[in-house]
Amino acid sequence: MTAVSPFAEMLLEEAAPPAPAASAAEPDLLRFTTAGSVDDGKSTLIGRLLYETGAIPEDQLEAVRAASRRRGEGELNLALLTDGLRAEREQNITIDVAYRYFATPRRRFIIADTPGHLQYTRNMVTGASTAELAVVLVDARKGVLTQSRRHGFLSSLLGITHVVVAVNKMDLVGWDEAVFEEIAAAYRAFAARLEVPDLVFIPVSALYGDNVVETSAHMPWYAGTTLLHHLESVNAGGQNLVDFRLPVQYVVRPHQDFRGFAGRVASGTIGPGEEVVVLPGGHASRVRSVETADGPLAEAVAGDSVLLTLEDEIDVSRGDMVVRRRNLPTVASRFDALVCWMGERPLDPSASYLLRHTTRTVGASVTEVVYRIDVDTLHREPARTLGMNDIGRLQLATARPLCFDPYARNHVTGSFVLVDPHTHATVAAGMIRGEAQEPPVPADAAPPRPVSPDVAWEGWNVPRAEREARNGHRAAVLWLTGLPGAGKSTIARALERGLFEAGCQTMLLDGDQVRHGLCGDLGFSATDRAENLRRAGEAARLFFEQGCIVLCTFVSPFAADRERVRRLLPPGRFLEVHVRASVETCVARDPKGLYARAARGELAGLTGVDAPYEAPASPELVADTEAADVESIVAAIALRLREEGILPPASGPEP
Amino acid sequence: MQRGHLAQLENEAIYVLREAAAQFEQPVLLFSGGKDSITMVHLARKAFWPARIPFPLLHVDTGHNFPETIAFRDRLAATAGAELVVRTVQASIDAGRCAEEPGPNPSRNALQTVTLLDALRELGADAALGGGRRDEEKARAKERFFSHRDRFGQWDPKNQRPELWNLFNGSRHRGEHFRVFPLSNWTELDVWQYVAREGIALPSLYFSHLRKVVERDGMILALGPGNALLPGERAMVRRVRCRTVGDVTCTGLWESAAATVDEIVREVAGARRAERGGRADDQRSEAAMEDRKKQGYF
Repeated sequence: MTAVSPFAEMLLEEAAPPAPAASAAEPDLLRFTTAGSVDDGKSTLIGRLLYETGAIPEDQLEAVRAASRRRGEGELNLALLTDGLRAEREQNITIDVAYRYFATPRRRFIIADTPGHLQYTRNMVTGASTAELAVVLVDARKGVLTQSRRHGFLSSLLGITHVVVAVNKMDLVGWDEAVFEEIAAAYRAFAARLEVPDLVFIPVSALYGDNVVETSAHMPWYAGTTLLHHLESVNAGGQNLVDFRLPVQYVVRPHQDFRGFAGRVASGTIGPGEEVVVLPGGHASRVRSVETADGPLAEAVAGDSVLLTLEDEIDVSRGDMVVRRRNLPTVASRFDALVCWMGERPLDPSASYLLRHTTRTVGASVTEVVYRIDVDTLHREPARTLGMNDIGRLQLATARPLCFDPYARNHVTGSFVLVDPHTHATVAAGMIRGEAQEPPVPADAAPPRPVSPDVAWEGWNVPRAEREARNGHRAAVLWLTGLPGAGKSTIARALERGLFEAGCQTMLLDGDQVRHGLCGDLGFSATDRAENLRRAGEAARLFFEQGCIVLCTFVSPFAADRERVRRLLPPGRFLEVHVRASVETCVARDPKGLYARAARGELAGLTGVDAPYEAPASPELVADTEAADVESIVAAIALRLREEGILPPASGPEP
Repeated sequence: MQRGHLAQLENEAIYVLREAAAQFEQPVLLFSGGKDSITMVHLARKAFWPARIPFPLLHVDTGHNFPETIAFRDRLAATAGAELVVRTVQASIDAGRCAEEPGPNPSRNALQTVTLLDALRELGADAALGGGRRDEEKARAKERFFSHRDRFGQWDPKNQRPELWNLFNGSRHRGEHFRVFPLSNWTELDVWQYVAREGIALPSLYFSHLRKVVERDGMILALGPGNALLPGERAMVRRVRCRTVGDVTCTGLWESAAATVDEIVREVAGARRAERGGRADDQRSEAAMEDRKKQGYF
């Protein structure tokens, strides 16, 4: 830690003093937010933390003592330390987010101090957006109020996983354990409806300092730690170190021979030699080096500001995102988000906004207000718009695609703000839930699907989008239809092998396979054939939801049966491939001897011989196995998969 | 895996500097000659390495600077490979844009706002990057990283744009500009620890030295350009150093024997007085800083 970088010597010729002797491990940093109602004593609590950790210099303290006396507020009104602006001093409330700093030998702390006043939900959201922990204040005399619940909800909405409920003013309730326990129970009951994995309750008196920094002598019944000790020891390093994402911020090009892509690693890690893809263009390359002014890094991790150089000369500019080849974000221009409206003017669903997401700014509009959330009751209510301090769920569309992850998985690539293009004001903050749901299949068009009695559809536990993100490609069902002997299995086997070896999740279902077991009870009547395909289609759909590229090879002679499978899947995810060869060719190939058996009269109802085949009217792809060899057909299908966005463009796994 | 706090602060500052370079057409880095702006130059070098800093340094010279500041500024600009633009308060006074305070040893602190805003207009600057930190003063605790200024260079603390995550909104109308503060989350101690870690050179003013001074209004002030002895005052020699560097007329000196960065780190860690406690300009009223910031002060 003590070495002076060669770079620093370049910067200034004046001799720098020798670096200090190596000290203990550098402390880390915890950002937390505080929230409470107007009179919960939040400013006093923060004042107390700052005061007792020695963050307040003597002369400032003297000034506060003087002001306290002048205002008749006792010896030292700690709240005066933190109420920064003149308007606040006049109103006696905090009106904006203020940032405070203090340190202990173990940790540096940044407090985003946000107001608890009714109309300032937006400030609370702002403060919480950069915090890893939230301190929610509850006045022991008043119990869990609407505002305490609101703060809990907003913290959870912003993805804060550590919440400390500080039950303050214990001195005013006679240090009574029962009061504390009652409040803790009430809050716990409420928080059960939120996502708060780490919830801690501490009884304190900010005024007298009990359990803030020093253990209280008044509450021997409390066996937990003090607030400061908890803040010092909580393990808040919740970074996503799995999904490498680097939004390109700035292209550094000092001369013709050097091109570096500057940015801050949003999540994950990266090192030289790794295969990457630049989205949304999809160009693939390899990391040549991870540079900093202090020298190259063997590995950059989430949070590092670095300069990436690539092996290949590809076009990269601000707003692009560098990711790993096998771990892709969603690239889409329609998505679903929870949004806090912050603008003075309500959301105008007919207006265009600018959307800032990572380092990308694009035009955007709201396509649907799904519902508004009453932040006090958590009820969802229908809404046409959102006003200031409202929170709701929206569907948005952008002029150009974004590369995003769900906010719950990645705060950097899952967050955005909306900007009013006329006033330039920041009018909304959003957290992406995922790609907008595909338009639902119209009820009248949907085929009836049998449902067992007394079962309810619960939804998939791990959503497909997450599986797809991990797989690095989208799920799809390729349905290969054609006469027996047309070449369906040969193509499917070669294709699956190629996809699998390129790292894709795949599954191959063929007619013979499903008739062993799953459809073993069925024959070859028209009804049984239809049931066979229904089961095969449902099985394909399960694999599809599991993130697979599912290859299905079924003669499936009837258009209606194929159509029914198509409707099980979202648009664009069912690709019908007509594997075509003339009956003569198929008879000549006869790989399973079926035509021979039919000719001998041992087999009746063979498609193409004595049963009809309805060729697809408009298949996604036609594979003519008389004109092209297996290799080129496989390549053509892979190309089509890229064009459809199933495989990542140009860069994806090469079958 | 978490980096230490200095690495995190450095990563954040570099991110903000790059964001400013990307979002604005003509940023300038406000250079005062103090340790914060020297640290800013160091970070800007790192942010755009191996290219040059892609914007000029702007120094508003009150004419009351310590001579050490000016000499250091010129050397730094030469070695940092950045363009240095100097605009003087004297020129603004000569052009009738503002007038000297009446009385002895007038402060030019308020006047430099005029020179600054004129210079930003002249350079077509849409962003001015400063070394301001939120821990310095109560009013600064509410500053954004990207802080909007209207056409008159004014700050409206009650109507700031919310700033969420690391998404900075630099959208603006013509004629408006932004103040950008990459060191927002740094404390005085962080800056000194970083100076030590990086081996950043600072003007000799920051280190303990013997100096001809005068005691006035409870502060120790240097005698020099713009600050002469008043009737009844007596010059004396003291062992002092600066904690912040501003004009000779208003920079209170600190009696200290700290002669190296290490000694200063130890001194700051144990300091019982605020860094700006020595600034006569902040002490005029309880809300002095807020009032000056609203008018376009740094």
